[in-house]
Amino acid sequence: MEGDIVQMGAYIGAGLACMGMGGAAVGVGSIVGNYLSGALRNPSAASGQTAMLFIGIAFSEAFGIFSFLVALLLMFAV
Amino acid sequence: MAAEEQSEGLQFHPMEQFTLEPLFGDGPIHWYTPTNATLWMGIAILVIVLLLVIGTRRRAIVPNRTQSIGELAYGFIYTMVEDVAGKEGVKYFPYIMTLFMFIVTANFLGLIPLSFSTTSHIAVTVVMALLVFVTVTLIGFFKHGIGFLKLFWVSSAPLALRPVLAVIELISYFVRPVSHSIRLAGNVMAGHAVIEVFATFGAILAIAPLSLIGIVAMFGMDVLVAFVQAYVFTILTCVYLKDALHPAH
Repeated sequence: MEGDIVQMGAYIGAGLACMGMGGAAVGVGSIVGNYLSGALRNPSAASGQTAMLFIGIAFSEAFGIFSFLVALLLMFAV
Repeated sequence: MAAEEQSEGLQFHPMEQFTLEPLFGDGPIHWYTPTNATLWMGIAILVIVLLLVIGTRRRAIVPNRTQSIGELAYGFIYTMVEDVAGKEGVKYFPYIMTLFMFIVTANFLGLIPLSFSTTSHIAVTVVMALLVFVTVTLIGFFKHGIGFLKLFWVSSAPLALRPVLAVIELISYFVRPVSHSIRLAGNVMAGHAVIEVFATFGAILAIAPLSLIGIVAMFGMDVLVAFVQAYVFTILTCVYLKDALHPAH
C-alpha cells in the first residue's frame, strides 16, 4: 500500500516535471521570434548572428532538458 | 517494445534501448569490458577516419563527393572557431574539430535502427564536457595567471554589484560542465525515447497510422537535433575557449 502511494507520487511528479518543457518551448520560441524580427529588419546583419541564435537556444533549451531528466529519474530511478 | 506487451495493458520500456550489454558473453560489466557502446564508438571513429583519410587521399582540384564532405566539415568548423574564439583560438582547432566530428558521427550512427547511440549516455558526454572544462580552465590560468579570475569580476558593473555578480559568475562557471554534458545526452536520449514511445502506440490498431506518422516526424526532428546538438556543443566549447583567452569583460 505504502509503495503504491510512493509510486503514484513519483508518476505525478514526473508529469508535473514535464511542465518545465513548456517553459523551455516558450523560451526557444521567444528567442527565434526575436531573431527573426531582427533579421527581417536588417537582413545583412542576420547571418553574423546565427551563432548567437544557437547559443541562446542551447542555453534556454537546457532547462527543458533538465526537467525532462527529472521526469525520467522519477519514472525509472526512484 | 511492442512485442513485449502483456495481457494486462501495454508494457513499454522506452529506455531499454540504452542498456549497456557486454559484446562477448554476459558477465558483469567492468571498466575494461567491451560493450555495445565501445563497439559503436569504435565504428564512429572508423567512419571519421574513412571519411577524412580516404576522402582527402586523392586531393583532387575538383573534389568528389567524399572529399567535398570532408572539406565542408573542415571549413565549417574552422570558420566557427575563427569567428567565435578569435585568431588565437585557431591553435586549438584540431581539438574542436575532433569533438565535432565524433559527436556528429555518433549522433547520426545512433539514428540507424537497431544501433546504439553512444552520445545518449551521460557517462560519454560528461567525459568530453569535463575535458573541455579542465582544458579551458588550464589554458586560462597558463595564459593570464591570476588575471584569469577577472572573468568573475565584471568591471563594467557598478562596484557595489560586483561581489554579487562574482558569486553568480562563479556558480555559472562551475555549472558549465553539467549543462554542457546533460544538454547533449538529454537531447539525444529524449529523441530516441520519444520515437520508442510512438512505436509502442503502433500496437493499438486504431492509432497505428497516427503513430507511424509520429515516428517519421520525430525521426526527421531527430536528424535535425543530431546535427544541431553537435553544433551547439562545439560552439559552446568555442565560447568557453574565448572566455579563457580573453577573460576581461
